[in-house]
Amino acid sequence: MGDMFRSEKMALCQLFIQPEAAYASIAELGEKGCVQFRDLNEEVSAFQRKYVNEVRRCDDMERRLRYVESEMKKDEVKLPVLRPEEEPIAPNPREIVDLEAQLEKTDNELREMSANGASLDANFRHMQELKYVLENTEGFFSDQEVINLDVNRKLDPEDPANLPGAAQRGQLAFVAGVIKLERFFSFERMLWRISRGNIFLRRADIDGLVADEETGRPVLKTVFVAFFQGEQLKQRIKKVCTGYHAAVYPCPSSHAERKEMIKDVNVRLEDLKLVLSQSADHRSRVLNSASKHLPRWSIMVRKMKAIYHILNFFNPDVTGKCLIGEGWVPTNDISTVQDALARASKISESSIPAFMNVIETNEMPPTYTRTNKFTNGFQNLVDSYGMASYREVNPALYACITFPFLFAVMFGDLGHGLILLLFASWLIIKEKQLSSIKEEIFNIFFGGRYIIFLMGIFSIYTGFIYNDVFSKSMNIFGSAWHMNYTRDVVEDENLKYITLRPNDTVYKTYPFGMDPIWQLADNKIIFLNTFKMKLSIIVGVIHMIFGVSMSVVNFAYYKKYASIFLEFLPQVLFLLLLFGYMVFMMFFKWVVYNDTVEGPLSPACAPSILILFINMILQGSQDTPEPCKEFMFDGQKSIQQVFVVVAIICIPWMLLGKPLYIMIKRKTNGAPPPKPQSGGGEGHGEDDEMGEIFIHQAIHTIEYVLSTVSHTASYLRLWALSLAHAQLSEVLWNMVFSMGFKYDSYIGGILIYVFFGAWALLTVGILVLIEGLSAFLHTLRLHWVEFMSKFYEGAGYAFEPFAFKTILDVSEDD
Amino acid sequence: MEVFLTIVFFTIFWAAVAKYGPILFTKQPHDDLVRCIFLLTAVVCWLFWLCCYLAQLNPLLGPKLNGNTIRIIASSWGNPIKEG
Repeated sequence: MGDMFRSEKMALCQLFIQPEAAYASIAELGEKGCVQFRDLNEEVSAFQRKYVNEVRRCDDMERRLRYVESEMKKDEVKLPVLRPEEEPIAPNPREIVDLEAQLEKTDNELREMSANGASLDANFRHMQELKYVLENTEGFFSDQEVINLDVNRKLDPEDPANLPGAAQRGQLAFVAGVIKLERFFSFERMLWRISRGNIFLRRADIDGLVADEETGRPVLKTVFVAFFQGEQLKQRIKKVCTGYHAAVYPCPSSHAERKEMIKDVNVRLEDLKLVLSQSADHRSRVLNSASKHLPRWSIMVRKMKAIYHILNFFNPDVTGKCLIGEGWVPTNDISTVQDALARASKISESSIPAFMNVIETNEMPPTYTRTNKFTNGFQNLVDSYGMASYREVNPALYACITFPFLFAVMFGDLGHGLILLLFASWLIIKEKQLSSIKEEIFNIFFGGRYIIFLMGIFSIYTGFIYNDVFSKSMNIFGSAWHMNYTRDVVEDENLKYITLRPNDTVYKTYPFGMDPIWQLADNKIIFLNTFKMKLSIIVGVIHMIFGVSMSVVNFAYYKKYASIFLEFLPQVLFLLLLFGYMVFMMFFKWVVYNDTVEGPLSPACAPSILILFINMILQGSQDTPEPCKEFMFDGQKSIQQVFVVVAIICIPWMLLGKPLYIMIKRKTNGAPPPKPQSGGGEGHGEDDEMGEIFIHQAIHTIEYVLSTVSHTASYLRLWALSLAHAQLSEVLWNMVFSMGFKYDSYIGGILIYVFFGAWALLTVGILVLIEGLSAFLHTLRLHWVEFMSKFYEGAGYAFEPFAFKTILDVSEDD
Repeated sequence: MEVFLTIVFFTIFWAAVAKYGPILFTKQPHDDLVRCIFLLTAVVCWLFWLCCYLAQLNPLLGPKLNGNTIRIIASSWGNPIKEG
């Protein structure tokens, strides 16, 4: 596990690599993922870079891979899933040539087979259509002969004038073919028009769907025969057929010839079918053979392309004998990078080993926080608000506990916490299997499984303290409240309620958590509200004090010691003297006021802390009847006045302290001092105009003072959500599940079963999912705004190392 | 006295969690992350418990119960109603 207290130290490194070893070196660094390279050739266009040809070759290989993959998808060939340990390393130059040749061969083979297949398919379709024509026109010709006979029979053989007409009518011609069914009707109308009705058209539909030649989609087609007279009409009809994309087929008019032709067509169809089958087999074998290698090839090509892309960032030195690159490296990983370079030099048998220098720079390094699978989720929550400035204190370290804890304060219920815990445990136990799922919403939950796990554990703990299990309480240690009234009092019909008095009914304090009697009391909300409101303020103020204290760590690290006195001290004094004092009053009230004494410390005299606080600020007072006292302890008025005065003094202290210090320092130094080496934080403050510095500090001061008040109030959401969650849970129990308990005998049993189902669904759907999301978002806001605003700048940028793993993950998501 | 002992007990308990938790939990108990996590857990849990305990230490009002509830408590919690 890494140290998450602040981001890693980063070093700007210069790499000197022999050109022949450059490829292998970058390949090694890509596997490690420790270097974020800078582009030293930003002004050079992509097409003028040194390795543009190599990148083009990779593009070409990628194109071929995509083509082969699309062909596999068509044939539904399954690609094997590569396990992480099977992942290939980047290929070396000799392997590149082999790979290129292999890809070209496979690509060409597939394209050739596709073209041949298309040709064979077309032939097959034509033969089939011809067969349909020959088979379906049998009826047409029989009908025609009948018509001809009728016509002949009506003629008078003795009349010489009819002989030429009879001869002409006997000369009927025809055209036979296949056309799409959807086009047939307009085709028919067109033929009628061009022949002015002197045409006889017959049609027979082809059963089933036939592949369309142009698009390959299945369509309905029909066989047609057109009978007409005259050669001129024949030419026009053929033109129309061409225009309508109707395929015209030769068709003998005699029965015997048609029979012969059908036989011939069937033989050729069988031959074609055989050839097509063999072609399909061959194609299948080629695709299956390629599919075994395709995942490896894809990864290799992607790595190759990434390497050349990085090499284009490098500069050749003036002698042309080595390449110079620059990049950010975590200081802890410098030895790893050097080892990788040495290994690469050995692999490529370079005469001069590559080496790396650390360069001093004033630039702000990228921010890199080393995380593991547990801390990654929390770090993401913080980074969503803003990437930490370089070496700034990392709030994610503390968020590992404060985040689930604050969530649990709102969500506290032992039963609901158990549900969260079980779900998260399932995600964690099934980690390996589930990590391959790519669904987006599931990935959000999976990425946060450790957050959910801790939220579950802490909710169980706060559920114990609140003594709340699906809105019911457990009586483990025995209630502290005892019934002190007699039976006559209890059974008095005029008394609907009895309120126990603390003075004579409390025997001891319930040691762990809330006393179970409060769950049964009608004034539960009153009591719990006072408790939870105080709890919210106590937790909130401590959280904020912790946040302000973090700024000291930052100031010390960035060597801004003056800010400790000029910024941190007035800030923390302001917070402590006002709101820290309020917290003190809460504890004081809990401990000192009780129901066992008469006089100023009795419950009737217990003052409202809010009113006391307001009067403290506004120097007000209120009348208090005897024997009560206005103040909790002697001298409180004086102490409060001192606190208010000091707090008010802190405001101009924050406002003017730092600008005046800078002004004085500038006068003393004369010239502006050089920029600090770290380059981080408030570096711009050294050179700004004094006016801007004053304005900037004024904004900061106003923001801090106002936000101290509003953020304290903001933490009351801990009480509000806790109350809402508990009450919703109770409503669900009383309005849904309890309904099942009202009936006797078997019907009652069935109804309990039914109502439990409804209650369970609503509990998970509303109380765990929706309420859980609500509590999560409120917790997130309490961290981002209330806590981190006290010290966090978040002005950094992320360290994005050159890493094959990242590149491949991104590619898979596309 | 009993109050004092209870507070001491829970304080020692959570202090022990903070000190010995990392040792029991991992083979690298000196890792900063683990120590920070256990320390923060101990502090927040202790604080939460303490607030709840103190809130009930000197209650300023008592529970308001109806007759049925009182009778159920009497029979279920070993808290009998006195005769008279």
